[in-house]
Amino acid sequence: MSEVKKIATRESYGNALAELGKKHEDVVVLDADLAAATKTGVFKKAFPERHIDCGIAECNMMGVAAGIATTGKVPFASSFAMFAAGRAFEQVRNSIGYPKLNVKIGATHAGISVGEDGATHQCNEDIALMRSIPGMVVINPSDDIEAKAAVEAAYEHVGPVYLRFGRLAVPVINDNPDYKFELGKAVTLREGTDVTIIASGLPVSESLAAAEKLAADGISAEVINIHTIKPLDEEAVLKSAAKTGKVVTVEEHSVIGGLGSAVCDVLAQNAPTKVLKIGVNDVFGESGPAVQLIKKYGLDADSIYEKVKEFCK
Amino acid sequence: MNIDPADPKKPDRDRFVLSKGHTAPGYYSTLANRGFFPVEDLKTLRHVGSYLQGHPDMKHIPGVDMSSGSLGQGISAAVGMAISAKLSGDDYRVYTLLGDGEIQEGQVWEASMLAAHRKLDNLVVIVDNNNLQIDGAITDVNSPYPIDKKFEAFNFHVINIDGHDFDAIDAAFKEARETKGQPTAIIAKTVKGKGVSFMENQASWHGAAPNDEQYATAMADLEKVGEALCQK
Repeated sequence: MSEVKKIATRESYGNALAELGKKHEDVVVLDADLAAATKTGVFKKAFPERHIDCGIAECNMMGVAAGIATTGKVPFASSFAMFAAGRAFEQVRNSIGYPKLNVKIGATHAGISVGEDGATHQCNEDIALMRSIPGMVVINPSDDIEAKAAVEAAYEHVGPVYLRFGRLAVPVINDNPDYKFELGKAVTLREGTDVTIIASGLPVSESLAAAEKLAADGISAEVINIHTIKPLDEEAVLKSAAKTGKVVTVEEHSVIGGLGSAVCDVLAQNAPTKVLKIGVNDVFGESGPAVQLIKKYGLDADSIYEKVKEFCK
Repeated sequence: MNIDPADPKKPDRDRFVLSKGHTAPGYYSTLANRGFFPVEDLKTLRHVGSYLQGHPDMKHIPGVDMSSGSLGQGISAAVGMAISAKLSGDDYRVYTLLGDGEIQEGQVWEASMLAAHRKLDNLVVIVDNNNLQIDGAITDVNSPYPIDKKFEAFNFHVINIDGHDFDAIDAAFKEARETKGQPTAIIAKTVKGKGVSFMENQASWHGAAPNDEQYATAMADLEKVGEALCQK
């Protein structure tokens, strides 16, 4: 059996930026002393003059990005999700969101898969924060291919975009030749009739594996990959929910305010459906190897399988 | 400043960011009288549906280069504009006005550090040093003094002036333009409510509007100040 190709979406981000820089002279990348980790260092190597290291000052970096955007260039401001969405929330809201400036926020190291750094650096609240800002597009890609496509789409979109990337290498799952990234469009990865699993980011591949196991038990699970959490593909959610009558959301984020909440908002208003939200259950993370944490916090294929099976009883 | 009311977004314009966005009424009045929008619209300030928001809104107000008002944030945007000009070799200049209370915000110093580090000699930071903030005198609340020494320590070229002396203001901007390799900070000593007898140095007038009687007195006071200036 051939090894499944794995790559962290933060790597994809750095590589996509370097590609984008070649094509577009107006791309400017900002970082806050984390270029080696966020992988904007790849861009810096290719275009040192267009890489602005703001030092450890994320709030200022967001404002600087806003100022650059007012002059027509397209800044990508990068840091860990904790600091980009967390520390600099108000700068993102008031200096970028309110004036609807064309700033792209590249937030890496999202979720508990940050690993050993522990709870202070594991941001499970960023989607909730970012999607609450009017006009903000929120993208959470699931693999290398999707992440690169997302960076390109973010550049093409005029307006603020929050891009969420992970530290851990994840399997490449979108390598089918028909794959096409459309902002705000869900991707149905597996058809099913008994239950809908709606996942985003890292847990998409885990959800696919869980669906495989469920099939062996006679449970037909539909797996939908939501790469754009805002604007949400409401039609895809409603269509699948109508078909299966049961919805499970899976995300590497708090169960409060993220994908699960967004899906519940749509269903509650249009077609009340029973929903199981799988995510970080209103707790802080902890230090440990990422793979072990994903298991401990119930986001691996086995945990998802168990929970969905119980839910379908 | 290189600006054109007929073409408020022309790419080579000089930029101004009112970091202390709460003084929007003065800013709007200046823009209106310079021809960016009708003077009569000023009466709609802060009214529901008006484009003249309580704090500057670049999306809807001609001549406003950056939405601002959450203190400490405007200077960062100004730094971004100045960096952008350097990146593409544009020669426009960027001006930003901060309050002396505002510089209590840590972000101001994050921005200042980067401005000097990148040698942004196309940036001028003006501090309106009226010594008052909402809760009282800045010296009583949380003193930022010495303001000039702080900007010097951040590698700015610093100019102290009387903020009510037009010749001094003019000279300071000229000096800033001639300063190369570092940004300039102009610390403008001012009196809050200058020229209006009952408003001078009163923190309570920070965000309040006069009643009709007070308005009449204030306008009469300002007439006198204006006349005196013209005779200078």
